[in-house]
Amino acid sequence: MSDIVIQAETLGKMYTIGHQAENGRYVALRDVLMQNARTLWSKTKDLATGKPIIQGDTMEEMWALKEVSFEIRRGEAVGIIGRNGAGKSTLLKILSRITEPSTGRVTIKGRVASLLEVGTGFHPELSGRENIYLNGTILGMTRVEIKHKFDEIVAFAEVDKYLDTPVKRYSSGMYVRLAFAVAAHLEPEILVVDEVLAVGDAAFQKKCLSKMGDVAMGGKTVLFVSHNMGAIRSLCGNAMWLDNGYMLKAGRTNEIISEYEESVTGLFTESPCVAVRDPAYIKGSGLHFSHAEVLDSEEVHADRFIYGQVLVLNVSLGGQMMGGVFSGEFYIYNELGILVSVGASGPYHGEYFSSKVRRLRIEIGPLTITSGRYRISLSLMAGHERVDTWENAIAFTVTECQPFLMSWEIPSYREGVCILKQSFHAID
Amino acid sequence: MTESFSTNIQEPVLIIEPGRTEKNYWADLWRYRELFLILAWRDISVRYKQTIIGILWAIIRPFLTMVVFTAIFGRIAKLPSDGNAPYALMVFAAMLPWSLFSNALSESSNSLISNANLIGKVYFPRLIIPAATLVTAFIDFLISFIILIGMMIYYQFAPGWHMLLLPCFIILALLASLGPGLWITALNVKYRDFRYIIPFVVQFGLYVSPVGFSSKIVPEQWRLLYSLNPVVGVIDGFRWCILGGNSPIYMPGFLLSLAIIALFLYLGVTHFRKMEKFFADLI
Repeated sequence: MSDIVIQAETLGKMYTIGHQAENGRYVALRDVLMQNARTLWSKTKDLATGKPIIQGDTMEEMWALKEVSFEIRRGEAVGIIGRNGAGKSTLLKILSRITEPSTGRVTIKGRVASLLEVGTGFHPELSGRENIYLNGTILGMTRVEIKHKFDEIVAFAEVDKYLDTPVKRYSSGMYVRLAFAVAAHLEPEILVVDEVLAVGDAAFQKKCLSKMGDVAMGGKTVLFVSHNMGAIRSLCGNAMWLDNGYMLKAGRTNEIISEYEESVTGLFTESPCVAVRDPAYIKGSGLHFSHAEVLDSEEVHADRFIYGQVLVLNVSLGGQMMGGVFSGEFYIYNELGILVSVGASGPYHGEYFSSKVRRLRIEIGPLTITSGRYRISLSLMAGHERVDTWENAIAFTVTECQPFLMSWEIPSYREGVCILKQSFHAID
Repeated sequence: MTESFSTNIQEPVLIIEPGRTEKNYWADLWRYRELFLILAWRDISVRYKQTIIGILWAIIRPFLTMVVFTAIFGRIAKLPSDGNAPYALMVFAAMLPWSLFSNALSESSNSLISNANLIGKVYFPRLIIPAATLVTAFIDFLISFIILIGMMIYYQFAPGWHMLLLPCFIILALLASLGPGLWITALNVKYRDFRYIIPFVVQFGLYVSPVGFSSKIVPEQWRLLYSLNPVVGVIDGFRWCILGGNSPIYMPGFLLSLAIIALFLYLGVTHFRKMEKFFADLI
């Protein structure tokens, strides 16, 4: 069929990573000097012979993507799901030509625009107006195109009053709105989007989603990576599930997502209140979550709550961050994959933690949500950068939902996601 | 019945494969010319945005260096000038290409690292980034050119027809810096130590290049060897344009410098293109 716009055949991407060999502990300065001299010598040798230098003593080949083949037709919207490190971003990077595959081949028909980050290339010193031109050009628009859509972009971002203010003075909400507005007005034949909707406030997220929906409806081909299953469900007809670099399954979105969710909920059935992060999913040595536990308000391990109770989430961090401060975030999803609530220490509470902080206590509640099983994902933000995300870190169940004296049990999400405070009065 | 519309419009077909060299790399470069311009414009406007005296920096630095060099080499060491050109003017005629070269070199060699966020997130021919920095260096050059005009009026030194050839030498100076710049910026992505090399090269180069003195004081038998330094050719060319007949060009040396510049440019571009594909993985 000629209407296939993206065809990937046995795509693979290999990275070589180095490991520091165990040398035991250095005991004397002499040993340290010897060790460094030896490393320096071996590196010089490598440099002279033209071998690639890899930090560390042993090398390991790591396949971020292996034997991935698929076809995407014109006008299709395809969601890509999978855990962290499953190869989703690598796949998008290959499709948008940022990095080259190690094996396989992709044939793409049409102009591709990729949106792997909102506000790529934004410069804090430049004004909103200047950044629209800068960012638009970087994303592949011509100056004439930007000029043509300028008013639309400004209206979408709702920043018309601050157009000539440097963006460093913008609130983070305005910044993200402007950045997304530029991206939303791209008009390529194929749009490749990474998790960019996880920013901004709920109202704006909705606006972005509907804009993305318009793009998908307008006959454009869209590839969309997200951890927001709700968004994928509403935007994409088909989905691909990547795991550990392999394509596990592809098909209709609903089927793929429910299978995926079953598999991730299966992960933490063993010890429900304590979760230890699988080291395979930690990227690099930067600051990351290593451990999480759920407790009740009496500080006792618990994963079953009733309506109105407070949940305490204790998380431990590992790795290092070079100075600066970070903000911790949580995302609570229900069984349908709908985002029920978000918490963010920085943007919501002005609470930023120094890079030395190793444990966080997060109090969530009273839990005014309907009964059912919920999953919590965790994120660390440093500035605008998401330094770590731990998908489905831990889960809990709300077993009883009886918020009102008179009522009987309110059965799970079928009667809504949450129960708002309410009262009824007759007016004469 | 669903309507299947055939697309008659020729769509670009892109094939991504390991080790595939872009057939239309240079055409692509042209297609991205707006990005080139906007990156250059960004560098320039950011540069002058948070400075008090802004563009004056581009004037003060070469001017003071010129004053010091004139005092040391001209007055204290009593080195001869070219023909009957004033010593200060001769120094400044070399100061201009030298700062053009050294600014372009240092900016282009740091350019990839300072644009790391772009490289990891969007595709475009990477050559645009170091090339765009040349524009910044060129703007600085234009600003300090004002001093030259001022000095020529002060010394009542009228330029000859040679002056018309100056643009060729400006391009030559930029090309001379682009070659090594491309090479170093590519290496810088992989081994960050290369960024320490540039300040050293720039400082060192100021003394081994004929900036504070005339290249004519180099003994005849060494002049060809001295011209292995590509900047020698550029500076001699500038002096010839600005000072006219007072500073004739030493042809064999000039041609040698030209060949070295071409060689560096070739090595720089080929090396850069070879490394280019891995930038996103390394940065």
